[in-house]
Amino acid sequence: MTDALLTGDLPLPPRPDYLRHGVTLKSWLITTDHKRIAILYAITITIFFFMGGIAITLVRLELLTPNGWLLTSDTYNKLFSFHGIVMVWFFLVPSIPNTLGNFLLPLMIGAPDVAFPRLNLFSWYLTIAAGVLTVYALIAGGVDTGWTFYTPYSTMFSNSHVFAAASGVFVVGFASIATGVNFIATTHMLRAPGMTWFRLPLFVWAIYATSIVMVLATPVLAISLLLVIAERWLGLPIFNPANGGDPILFQHLFWFYSHPAVYIMVLPAMGVVSEIIPCFARRRIFGYDFMVYAMLVIAGIGFFVWGHHMFVSGQSPYANLIFSFLSFIIAVPSAIKVFNWTASLYRGQISFEAPMLYALGFVGLFTTGGLSGLFLASIPVDVHVTDTYFVVAHFHYIMVGGSVSAFFAGLHFWWPKITGKMYPESWSRFAAILMYAGFNMTFLPQFFAGYLGMPRRYHTYPPEFQIYNVMSSSGAAILALAYLLPLGYLAWSLYYGERAGKNPWGATGLEWTTFSPPPPKNFDWQPRVDRGPYDYHAEGQSAGLDPPEVQNARGVL
Amino acid sequence: MNPVFSLPEASTHAVRVDHIFYGLLVLTGLTMIAVFVLIVMLAVRYRRGSSAERGPLPEIVSREFEIGWTSATLFLFIFLFWWAASADLSGLSAPANALEMHVVAKQWMWKTQHSNGAREINALHVPVDQPVRLVMTSQDVIHSFFVPAFRVKQDVLPGRDTEIWFRATKTGVFPLLCAEYCGTDHSMMRGRIVVMRQEDYASWLDKQPEGDDLAHQGAQLFVAQGCSGCHADSSSVHAPKLTGLYGSTVQLSDGRQVKADDGYIRDSILQPKREVVAGYEPIMPVYAGLLDDGEVQGLTAYIRSLASPNRTQTDGAAK
Repeated sequence: MTDALLTGDLPLPPRPDYLRHGVTLKSWLITTDHKRIAILYAITITIFFFMGGIAITLVRLELLTPNGWLLTSDTYNKLFSFHGIVMVWFFLVPSIPNTLGNFLLPLMIGAPDVAFPRLNLFSWYLTIAAGVLTVYALIAGGVDTGWTFYTPYSTMFSNSHVFAAASGVFVVGFASIATGVNFIATTHMLRAPGMTWFRLPLFVWAIYATSIVMVLATPVLAISLLLVIAERWLGLPIFNPANGGDPILFQHLFWFYSHPAVYIMVLPAMGVVSEIIPCFARRRIFGYDFMVYAMLVIAGIGFFVWGHHMFVSGQSPYANLIFSFLSFIIAVPSAIKVFNWTASLYRGQISFEAPMLYALGFVGLFTTGGLSGLFLASIPVDVHVTDTYFVVAHFHYIMVGGSVSAFFAGLHFWWPKITGKMYPESWSRFAAILMYAGFNMTFLPQFFAGYLGMPRRYHTYPPEFQIYNVMSSSGAAILALAYLLPLGYLAWSLYYGERAGKNPWGATGLEWTTFSPPPPKNFDWQPRVDRGPYDYHAEGQSAGLDPPEVQNARGVL
Repeated sequence: MNPVFSLPEASTHAVRVDHIFYGLLVLTGLTMIAVFVLIVMLAVRYRRGSSAERGPLPEIVSREFEIGWTSATLFLFIFLFWWAASADLSGLSAPANALEMHVVAKQWMWKTQHSNGAREINALHVPVDQPVRLVMTSQDVIHSFFVPAFRVKQDVLPGRDTEIWFRATKTGVFPLLCAEYCGTDHSMMRGRIVVMRQEDYASWLDKQPEGDDLAHQGAQLFVAQGCSGCHADSSSVHAPKLTGLYGSTVQLSDGRQVKADDGYIRDSILQPKREVVAGYEPIMPVYAGLLDDGEVQGLTAYIRSLASPNRTQTDGAAK
């Protein structure tokens, strides 16, 4: 075996890659290949992303005037509820884990597939079934509880399709759990020889930490929605105070899932960015082990801060203090990550292709969103701004500015690996910058409106807030364009894009040692790992311009 | 109406909140500028092919560096917690001389009632420079009482009383908003808080239509709902007497001791079998579903009025 063969430059016997391995629709619908399932997920969540996007476009149009001009209050309420439900459970939660994670996790650890390939496919079918239920709820007339399903409104008072929507979310939760179990088992069992825990790329750590949160938290969501259904449908007295129930109980259950769910959405984003920044700065990530511990700490403490959603709910003031304290504490590992990404630029050889622009955009927006979180952890300030647009701005900075930017960063970074095609670089850079600008134009004014007292979920609003809403809506138009652009040029690249080599970015990581697109079982060799991740330069040195020493893909041919 | 670019600080609480808010704004603003400037500087200086020095990394970029900024962040955040939490604790309980007013929220309106029984809809007149304590409950779903100019907000729950207090420092009209999503016309559930000079408030209150105050309404209900049959001092039925009960400590049959506050009184009326006083049989009927929230508030107010020794039960009921 020669070195030339090892680097993969010699032609191998022709055999189809995973995309061309089977061409019929059936071959896609019964596939157990993690890469194809990732593509199925990608198509699914793209459809949901644009459904949720259309709903919020109507909402932003309606908010141009203080007293409404387009929608009735009920329609407005149903649109923001649909936006929230779809964007959280059918886009953000599955976005990075189920597309990029599904595609990359086995590739990054040198495995031929995930641990339970059929469970993986089943999880996609669950997502589809759940999506059908949720879309049915919309078509049948919509649901108007907000994505939070607060009781007793959802159980006793709403006249909308709570049952169907809650069932949809209930079912999609099981897709999450199945995926989480699958990824945990994969990481434990299928690492290539030599791939020790502390040689794992940070993206794998992120997906692993996320999976643990999914498996532990999602059952609580399932049970709380089941209780909502039980009270609404069967009249069991659980949350209704007239029957001795407690409406606040629901909030505790709901946020016990939904706060960790924020980390389900943002940890994978951190993982993506931790791959991209070293690659384009040609630097080892600064403080690899701190980055790992920070993610694990976030995943752990994330379970104990749910009460900061409930400072004004009437819970005990002493509980408020504890939740406030822990909310400040959990900001520490997030701050460490921002510092480390920044420090990874030091003495780099930085280039600014689209993935890097998106990744830097993530750092900027995540920092802004994270710092605004300090206001919400402070009880007296939170009491004033909670349930206002300040909170709306805050969580959109984290979950949309952060996670969606990182999703696009990852999509652009691994697109050549996934499709074997390069996209037009200047268009993608333009879209990245436009997305950053459009996002800030949309959500920065909402901090001001919220501090001045504009409550969220308001169909009509006091006229003094109009200027902020007009600014926000015009920003949203730019943001919408920035989201549509990649759809155009990425689709274009599938037909007309240049062919991508194995490793167009000169990145480290096992996924770059196999072909683009990879063969059905990922590697033609059994990969063996003999070095840590991000080996862009020698230890203790600054970045160089030489190609990195990639992992050896050596062994059985 | 509020001006567009600023929010009046119309209560003592608002001043405290704004101190913290602006403090955090300066701190986070500086942090953000530092991070952004650092990223831009590094990105420019170390752009690919620039002539900036690379070579071996200096000693300082090491583990100690990382531990240093981790602990610095940790101490800063603990300080912020202490600062915000101590401000929160200092404003926790209302002063003893606070005027008590009652709020009942329902889809989609605010019903308020003053201590003398005067009622308002979607409005509340309060005197300036006088602490006001609101006892609030909801007739249907969860609402949230939000006065941005006072920086106060409190969810209003069905089946439970929640409280909030403030001391207005500026006269004027300030918006009252519902901040917890409550259904179709959530965004129309708005009202106004009218802060008046104290003497104006007194004369305004005098001009309101005569209404019995809550305790008097409660006294009538006490007879009408049959409570007096067992709980009146003259009754021969073995039932806990209510004179002097409010605020005292009650020994329960399961061994626990509870304080007889608003919540306890309310629960004991609606679900009397949950907490039975030691030495009594659980014979009282359940009133949940028979009384609306306003009536429960009235009965509670009446029982509270019995706490003061100079006002006897017969006296209260006779009026």
